[in-house]
Amino acid sequence: MSISLNVNGKAVSVEAEPDTPLLWVLREDIGLTGTKFGCGVAACGACSVHVDGQITRSCSIAVGDVAGKSVTTIEGLKSADGTLHRVQQAWIDAQVPQCGYCQSGQIMAAVALIQRTGSPSDAQIDEAMTNICRCGTYPRIRKAIHAATGKATAPQDGAA
Amino acid sequence: MADNPNPNLAEDAAPTSAKKKGFKRRAFLIGGVAVVGAGLFGIKLSDSRAATKATALTTGKGEHNFATWLKIAEDDQITIYSPHTDIGQGSNTGLAQMLAEELDAAWDKVSLVSAPAESGFANTGLGRGFLGEMSGQPGIVNGIPQSFMSFIARSMNLQITGGSSALRYTGQVTFQKVGAATRLALIEVAAGRLGVPAAELTTAGSKVLHAKSGKSLRYGELAAAAAALSLDSDPQLKSPKDYKLMRTSVPRLDLPAKVDGSAQYGMDFTVPDMRVATIKAAPVRGGKLTSVDLAPAMAVKGVEKVIKLDNAVAVIAKGYWPALGGLRALSPQFSDGGNAGISTASIFKAYDDLFAKGEPAEEAGVGDVQAGLGAKPIEAKYQVPFLHHAMMEPFALTAHFKDGKLTLWGGMQDPLATKMLAAEVAELDADNVTFHPMLIGGSFGRRLPMYMEIVEQVTRLAMQLPYPVKLIWSREEEVAQGAYRPQSAAILKAAIGTDGKIAAFSNDYGQPESAESETTFIYDLPVVARRHYEYASNQQAGAWRSVNSTQQGFYNESFMDELAHAAKADPVEFRRRHLKPGSRHLAVLDEVAKRSGWGTPLPEDVGRGVAIVESFKTIVAHVIEASVKEDGSPKVLKVTTVVDAGSIVNPDAAAAQIEGGTIMGLSSAIGEAITLEQGAVQQSNLTDYPILKLADAPAVHDIHFLNSGAFMGGIGEPGVPPAAPALANALFAATGKRIRQLPLLTQAKA
Repeated sequence: MSISLNVNGKAVSVEAEPDTPLLWVLREDIGLTGTKFGCGVAACGACSVHVDGQITRSCSIAVGDVAGKSVTTIEGLKSADGTLHRVQQAWIDAQVPQCGYCQSGQIMAAVALIQRTGSPSDAQIDEAMTNICRCGTYPRIRKAIHAATGKATAPQDGAA
Repeated sequence: MADNPNPNLAEDAAPTSAKKKGFKRRAFLIGGVAVVGAGLFGIKLSDSRAATKATALTTGKGEHNFATWLKIAEDDQITIYSPHTDIGQGSNTGLAQMLAEELDAAWDKVSLVSAPAESGFANTGLGRGFLGEMSGQPGIVNGIPQSFMSFIARSMNLQITGGSSALRYTGQVTFQKVGAATRLALIEVAAGRLGVPAAELTTAGSKVLHAKSGKSLRYGELAAAAAALSLDSDPQLKSPKDYKLMRTSVPRLDLPAKVDGSAQYGMDFTVPDMRVATIKAAPVRGGKLTSVDLAPAMAVKGVEKVIKLDNAVAVIAKGYWPALGGLRALSPQFSDGGNAGISTASIFKAYDDLFAKGEPAEEAGVGDVQAGLGAKPIEAKYQVPFLHHAMMEPFALTAHFKDGKLTLWGGMQDPLATKMLAAEVAELDADNVTFHPMLIGGSFGRRLPMYMEIVEQVTRLAMQLPYPVKLIWSREEEVAQGAYRPQSAAILKAAIGTDGKIAAFSNDYGQPESAESETTFIYDLPVVARRHYEYASNQQAGAWRSVNSTQQGFYNESFMDELAHAAKADPVEFRRRHLKPGSRHLAVLDEVAKRSGWGTPLPEDVGRGVAIVESFKTIVAHVIEASVKEDGSPKVLKVTTVVDAGSIVNPDAAAAQIEGGTIMGLSSAIGEAITLEQGAVQQSNLTDYPILKLADAPAVHDIHFLNSGAFMGGIGEPGVPPAAPALANALFAATGKRIRQLPLLTQAKA
């Protein structure tokens, strides 16, 4: 059936079974592959996107339930002129990614956290940032979130 | 493999091969040594064809190639071809730094891309380095001509990433020399054009400069003539004091594409008309597909075909979701290959039986250990589980067979071996197979050539299908069909003399393969025995980040702590007694003690633990401060780390590897375990294979590099091994309870 939604500011209509997870519609039908498949059961967060501003694990929400809603993916974070979102820039400044596969989801989770809290505390970061990173980039994720919200870099890590 | 003059990885990597279970992670490298011995004078050195093809593939109009690895364009753009797959460790940026440093290239015009999976890009430097390391005789390769080493690398289809090897072998053995030799060729051409002696010329920023006249020439305008010269095979390298790029933290080249969603991993590949497949293999490794009714899958909308393989069934559909729906609708029946009696408990019992029998498969050490241990040694038994890699990107590989040619796209740790395996499965000449390497979403040893069953699977599917097919493993398949770090056990014994020093030390360990060639016992003791007791279950003996050093590091460093306690000595002071004065190990230990504030007071519920392990020629010591939370799980408060890798190419990228390696080590120690029941893996997804999350990562991690100047060690793996014992030792200091089984979590809750 035909399902209409808004993705990164554009109206999109897709032919899909309504029980198909949003993740696979984004990746295979709309061609936005920045949102990643990690586990399929909402355990890892690699597929995190925003649905009407709420952080959502797209592998576990049916596209039928997203009809008429606004979805933002990693590809939708840059401004129209191509400038990186301040969280993306903070990710580069802190040299966060290693393999990089989970980082779209990590960045989407961080942006949602900052939108919700303004300037999150360490405890708020601990609570909200539950996405898995097998490379172990967590100390730099924390550092980048603080940097993006104008906080001085906490002495979390770094080579002496 | 010694009787095969042209060892082919593909043969050994086939999932159904009878050799599979016994195939050792580095057997192909050892096999390479055998080739050196068997064929040194018998094989014609005909690698010019491969090099010519490689150069033709990469070098276009207005571009000039140097030693296949480097290309200089007339507009000064410099392109470096890396034989390594950057699996996230940042090695490609480091490699580019090393070559650009010796070339004196302008960094803003340097780019690095993956070398094509062609034999002309086989990794000679790695072959050269590893043959020396694995044979235990680093000098063994010095007398072998470079051209012959190239031939060996090609014979072995060697384009592997592993063993923490990229910078120390490819970088030091090949790329720095290519950069330096190319620089000399550019200077030679410039000297002729300017009519001045070469000695008056200097280089900087991709230009040759003549200070006296103020004239300069761009590399781009010299490249055509320089490429026609033969390169110096052993050029003088820079003195480290002259480095401008190496030993600086230049930003990684690959990160911009990894923050905006544009990076293309194997999972992301797509072509017109492509279908998506997913697969289920026999849950009991070694089993076969015995029967399956295809109708339920065919009834799922979007499913186009179901294909039966020897030990698996695959569903092909318009997309992943219908393919998964089709697969889940099936009720395939598999045999168990006679492995139904294998369980976690049966494997530990097999080790215990072997220990009791006392007939090791391999022994190493010095002195008379029976006499040294005496009648009443201190004794402890340790057990560790299978560990899963849990790379964030599940396997995904695309293949298309058309007009007699097979093309594949995806991310593997050895692109050239991937191509050769696909060619063998498809029964095609290698010239008719192309593999396009793509970004890899983590690996940690999982995508090594010995465990690439997905290459065989997707090739068999593609050969039967008229359209391209992308095979995706579900996370459930990925967890159940791993190449796990082996489950292992060890009994350690020691006697302590009246001088408070260890008089004798033995380590009897059970696992599928010997750990001897991949672990380093650092203590200087009069009597030592290391004995391997061999038992293989139905699981593959996997290579998990730092390989045998994780379990051996846990055994030795936990037991050293027990011995210190028995000797009523401080754990750092006790270790110091057994390290050679003036050694790198002692320097690392002393530095970590100093920086961690070892011996200073802590809150009552906090303990401090130390561990020091050498792996891949790098020495890493962690001091961990930890406590136990109300739910019984450990809380890591602070980690202090000192590393001596000899020297460091990119300090910030190296620190990132130590941070990540430490967290992976802690994660495995705290909660990770793959268990077997009736021959099958019991875990199903990341829900029951718990990986450490941000909230439980160390709040503070101080990392310090000593840079002793020794030959460069690895950096991707050595941060892992000391993490588990340092944590266990810290928890002992905090609670008085010794942990001898991993993961800690089941212990803490017990």
